[in-house]
Amino acid sequence: MRNKFADTLYELGRADKDIFIVVADISPAGSMEKFRKEFPERFLNVGVAEQSMIGICAGLALKGCQPFAYTIATFSLYRPFEFVRDDLCYQNLPVTVVGIGGGVVYSTLGGTHHCQEDMAIAGAIPNMSIIAPCDPNETREATIHCGSQKRGPIYLRLGKAGEPDLTKDAPDRWEFGKARYLRRGRDVCIMSYGIIMKKAFELAERLQLQGKSVSILNVHTLKPLDQAGIQAALAAHPHVVVIEEHAPQGGLAPQVKQIAWDMQARCKLNTFTLQDAFIHNYGSHDDLLAAHGLDTGKIYAAIA
Amino acid sequence: MADTRRENFFDVAAARRRCLGYRRRILDISQTVSALHIAPAFSCLETVDLIYHGLMRKGANGKSPDTFLMSKGHGCMAQYVILESRGVLTADDLARYCKPNGQLGAHPDYGVPGIEASTGSLGHGLSMSVGMAYAEKARGTGGLVYAVLSDGEVQEGSTWEAFMMGSTFGVNNLVAFIDNNDFQSLGRTSETHPSFYPLADKFRAFGWEVAEGNGHDAGALFEAVAGRAGKKPMVVICKTVKGRGVSYMENVPIWHYRAPNKDEYSKACEELKEVAS
Ligand SMILES: Cc1ncc(C[n+]2csc(CCOP(=O)(O)OP(=O)(O)O)c2C)c(N)n1
Ligand SMILES: [Mg+2]
Repeated sequence: MRNKFADTLYELGRADKDIFIVVADISPAGSMEKFRKEFPERFLNVGVAEQSMIGICAGLALKGCQPFAYTIATFSLYRPFEFVRDDLCYQNLPVTVVGIGGGVVYSTLGGTHHCQEDMAIAGAIPNMSIIAPCDPNETREATIHCGSQKRGPIYLRLGKAGEPDLTKDAPDRWEFGKARYLRRGRDVCIMSYGIIMKKAFELAERLQLQGKSVSILNVHTLKPLDQAGIQAALAAHPHVVVIEEHAPQGGLAPQVKQIAWDMQARCKLNTFTLQDAFIHNYGSHDDLLAAHGLDTGKIYAAIA
Repeated sequence: MADTRRENFFDVAAARRRCLGYRRRILDISQTVSALHIAPAFSCLETVDLIYHGLMRKGANGKSPDTFLMSKGHGCMAQYVILESRGVLTADDLARYCKPNGQLGAHPDYGVPGIEASTGSLGHGLSMSVGMAYAEKARGTGGLVYAVLSDGEVQEGSTWEAFMMGSTFGVNNLVAFIDNNDFQSLGRTSETHPSFYPLADKFRAFGWEVAEGNGHDAGALFEAVAGRAGKKPMVVICKTVKGRGVSYMENVPIWHYRAPNKDEYSKACEELKEVAS
């Protein structure tokens, strides 16, 4: 994802002289180095100084530029939170705050590097939009959107590297603010977003082995949320399952429940999120998710 | 040495007259609200007047190519009355200051005519100024950026980040004024935070060109800026008196956010008349 983001940013930067990237001491991987070499005046490294990263992006945007702020998710959103809120959201500027390693994908780095409340935090701010792509293809689509829109600030939650391609055969194309089906079925609809989408596919395989027809709905834009798309999915499937790499509060799961209540949905609805807890575990991304209870086998057993 | 002052002249007597009028205008407005940041505005009034009338260049279309950013947002009354006198804001705008249908609040709001950034939370303005100045340079638009910071907000870590970035990114088109009035909410900074000083050495060490002067002597400030080397971003440390111009407000912390009552108002008007003569 990181590399796809960098490739896309480089493409955007070649075509549009207003594209700037402001990083906070993150080693420029892949094409980011090309961007830096070819457009040094549009590649700014503020060092370990995230508040000024956001403030400088605001200043650039106030003068008509289209900046991206870029670092590890906890440091791009939490450390400079009030700068994101005031400078970007209150002034409603088209700045993209890129959070690398959203969720618990930095599984060996410990709790300081886990970003498990970002949807709640970013989502609570007026004017903010949130996009969390599930694979490199979507990262490309999302980055192009971020680099060409003037609507306002966007929090772009990315994974890190090596994510599998999950959207190649998707029946729907990517569109900002519109949930898309990655697979269409009739019996169960699994809703998810971000790199935990791999679990949605694993669960779908198991359910299909049991003869179920399964939809996967990718809610890549968390804000503004595609209310109509979620309503339609709740109405069209007898069983809906939300799998989310985020705290129980403020993410997709509670919003789907709210929509379901408001529309008096008849379907069965199960939600699976991270725990409301700091979990002192290490290992792989899957190990961390499992420590939070997000294990495909367990989810399967819970919904069967 | 060539005397460039004549070509580049700032009429100090006219500035003094304007500032007297602004102080009276702010006093009048103080009678329409329950409280306002009066002493913070009086503290930086000469500086803000100098920026608008002496430093920002006039553009062909009436819009200056230069930018002013009020980083100490709570001092915006100074900015409002100047924008009014320049026809950017109207008397009606000021009559509705802090009122339900007004567009002017106690902190500047981006989108209001003449306001280039939303401030009010201290420690944001310098980073935004660095970004603005950087954009002017990168895009070749040639604008200069002027910012006014309070001394209190220089305590914010984010301000020091921005000082570091200003010199790192070489924004020599940025001039930041520090309203160095030695007061913040809980008293005299020199007493509460002696290690805050010396300021000039700190800014120099961070790679800025530094000037110091009396912040109520617009002529001196003008010359300091006009005479700058211009290779680095510049900071002008303005020695000021919080509440300047009204004796009972000067260096008295309660006037940070307070409106004078009728008697106090008359006394202030009386004093501001005397200065005029
Ligand atoms: C981040 C932040 N913290 C606290 C405040 C509340 N506040 C408003 S003014 C002020 C201090 C005033 O002193 P100074 O910053 O020196 O301003 P001046 O003396 O020019 O009025 C404080 C703490 C604020 N506006 N922003
Ligand atoms: Mg002060």
